[in-house]
Amino acid sequence: MLNETNLFFIFLSAFLINNILLIRFLGLCSFIGISTNIKSSIGMGIAVVFVTVMACSLSWAVYNFLLAPFHLEYLRTTTFILTIASFVQFEEMIIRKKLPALYRAFGIYLPLITTNCVILASAFLGIDYKLSFIQNLIFSFGISFGYCFGIIIFATIREEIEIAPIPESFKGVPIAFILAALMSLAFLGFKGLFKL
Amino acid sequence: MENRKLIDFKVFLNGIWRENPILFIMLGLCPVLAVSSSVKDALGMGISVIFILTGSNLVISLIRKIVPNHVRIPVFIVVIATFVTITDYILAAYSPQIHKNLGVYLPLIVVNCIILGRAEGFASKNNVFNSILDGLGMGIGFTLIIFIISSVREILGNGTFMGKLILGENFKPFLIMIMPPGAFLVIGILIALKQKLEKGKKKC
Repeated sequence: MLNETNLFFIFLSAFLINNILLIRFLGLCSFIGISTNIKSSIGMGIAVVFVTVMACSLSWAVYNFLLAPFHLEYLRTTTFILTIASFVQFEEMIIRKKLPALYRAFGIYLPLITTNCVILASAFLGIDYKLSFIQNLIFSFGISFGYCFGIIIFATIREEIEIAPIPESFKGVPIAFILAALMSLAFLGFKGLFKL
Repeated sequence: MENRKLIDFKVFLNGIWRENPILFIMLGLCPVLAVSSSVKDALGMGISVIFILTGSNLVISLIRKIVPNHVRIPVFIVVIATFVTITDYILAAYSPQIHKNLGVYLPLIVVNCIILGRAEGFASKNNVFNSILDGLGMGIGFTLIIFIISSVREILGNGTFMGKLILGENFKPFLIMIMPPGAFLVIGILIALKQKLEKGKKKC
């Protein structure tokens, strides 16, 4: 699907056409859990972009320089999750030391990110599509930007819906899912944007 | 003795309804929505989750006394990742079609919150037997929900069930049901139904 070498297509495809939240259904736990308020959604969104791009480059390097040459591909699940977990931990320490303002802004979202499937998914997908390093960089940025974009829009609508009169049994999570269905419908429209 | 058995049975049933991982704790949603466009794939995913959950619960409750407390999460993750890799390769060998359809969602079971949640919340505190039961119960609860959702989606969206035509030739399928929005719609309505059921109970 991604044999186009054009970086812009890779970005657009990862960001809109195969939006990670609404078309691929990844990262939904945090999507539903956090999007009740805009501020925390923005925090989470930016933290995800930040970590995904870095962690994906790192796991790309680990895969191509460590696992592939020694035919250890079957270890990739274990290696990636450990790489990401330790990277998040490491990053948290550095940010806390060097950039305390940023650390306060990210708050609790940094450690939460380890279990966010967006990061692991973009690491896997990048390997599956056999992307080069630059392509992988753009691809992971597109994916995480799609997440950030989706969660912020979703949070905006959800804050509005708090005051709307909705049926008793739909209050809370169910209406959020119906909302996600409508948004996903809108994102399906991007499918015809260009043909690969 | 009988009392013990009753408690064990309760642990098993807990996962299926009272603490159903999808409906009540709202964990591990990603695979439920992503692979539920056909019943076959959904069952493949469900069985994989049952196997991984039971296996990792078993191993973790076996090693729970020798793992130091502060490195327990990485250890659990490695155990889970091992089981995920095993499942990945077994499925690739025995049913390559389902393996292909599940795609990236199979290795992603490793970050599925249900599994780590049960490892941390149950298996690391309970004996081996109960942990296996808990894994089985939670896994079956997960499979049940993914089965319901995929049945609705496949029947309405394709007119088929397990690949067989059941609604007749003249049925015009709602294409939207097998596309991504259908998944959100079905799970939204399912959770709304569950909330309604709970409200009804409270009134009685």
